[in-house]
Amino acid sequence: MAEEKLTLIVTRQDSPDSAPYEETFKVNYRKNMNIISALMETQKNPVNANGESVAPVQWESNCLEEVCGACSMVINGEPRQACSTLVDKLEQPIRIAPMSTFPVVRDLVVDRSRMFDSLKKVKAWIPIDGTHDLGPGPRMPEKKRQWAYELSKCMTCGVCLEACPNVNSKSDFIGPAPLSQVRLFNSHPTGEMNKSERLEALMEDGGLAGCGNSQNCVQVCPKGIPLTTSIAALNRDTNIQSFKNFFGSDNAH
Amino acid sequence: MENREFFYRRLHSLLGVVPIGIFLIQHLVVNHFAVYGPESFNKAAHFMHDLPFRIVLEIFIIFLPIIFHAVLGVYIVFVAKNNVSRYGFFRNWMFYLQRITGIITLVFIVWHVWETRVQIGMGTEELDYSLMENILANPVMFWFYVLGVVSTTFHFANGLWSFLVSWGITVTPRSQKIATYATLLVFLAVTYIGIRALFAFV
Repeated sequence: MAEEKLTLIVTRQDSPDSAPYEETFKVNYRKNMNIISALMETQKNPVNANGESVAPVQWESNCLEEVCGACSMVINGEPRQACSTLVDKLEQPIRIAPMSTFPVVRDLVVDRSRMFDSLKKVKAWIPIDGTHDLGPGPRMPEKKRQWAYELSKCMTCGVCLEACPNVNSKSDFIGPAPLSQVRLFNSHPTGEMNKSERLEALMEDGGLAGCGNSQNCVQVCPKGIPLTTSIAALNRDTNIQSFKNFFGSDNAH
Repeated sequence: MENREFFYRRLHSLLGVVPIGIFLIQHLVVNHFAVYGPESFNKAAHFMHDLPFRIVLEIFIIFLPIIFHAVLGVYIVFVAKNNVSRYGFFRNWMFYLQRITGIITLVFIVWHVWETRVQIGMGTEELDYSLMENILANPVMFWFYVLGVVSTTFHFANGLWSFLVSWGITVTPRSQKIATYATLLVFLAVTYIGIRALFAFV
């Protein structure tokens, strides 16, 4: 009996500088496959639809449960995680391409360094290291913890940057994900002590002002993070911060 | 200059509403006097023309803010890579239309200022009802003016929505949604005033 086959059209690229090309694979179908397991078939049997032996398709993945953000790729035109994308729910043939906002390393592997650089730029952490034990920090209201927790779900997957019309090679906008992280760390009672440093980083070129309110980010975020609410809240915070900076305030810390 | 983008973008957003948006409404309301007849329009237009310190008012309330808004606006249009074909969400369309209407409005304003204010300033035309009557007698120009006015009022109303976001006034999705409906009403009302005035000249 002939096995059921699945058609994958993968946009491949051999090296960061070489030209991309499409390659079709016919892989064995199993029930409940996701894109990762479909791609694994091309590794088991790296033969394309023309019967030629080719280099196995390269991609990145870690957790396989949509929390690490490593396997983002454009599947049938939509940027999403390969692990949580089920083959049975997709139209065939399945087109798989790397995200276009990031430099391609090889095949579906992209370099998301710019996002981690942005997190450093906006100081997306809470500085607590010192020479002695500072003791427990201030408590956080439960209600605040609940919305802040939603922001902490960001996995730096890059899907929001991919969908944003203002994140591109002509602009230095850092994109929605790192902006929302500023709101997360500013909402923390200890992190709040360094609030102005993060807000001032957002007021630099390529920061918050790069947002044009297309609101694609909140529509495509796989974790349902209220990115546009974060952006509007940060607009308020940075405006207040800039007034404090200019006119002066004892509460600008 | 480094790290001035935030300030310039905020200034761009503010100027679009105050004074440019205020001026737009005032301008269209004054034009609307044409609905009550040529004398009524001439009286209103001459009142505006004879305001004290008119040149100062024009420079600081109209010319400089619009020039700044236009120059930075063209740059903002240039740095966007529109993607409505891939992401056809409502707000993404508004983002795209805001940029398209910005460019149409700029072309319209340059044309309109050239054939009215500049000609009057050079003394080749008189400020009165018949100036606009002659311009709008040409059907091509009439529909160009209709397009220009609708494009301007859309850009103003949708810009008002993003002003509320950029200044951190509407933060929650619910308030932003209600602002969408409110600015839609602003668009319809201001467009009505502007278009009705145009029809009064033909």
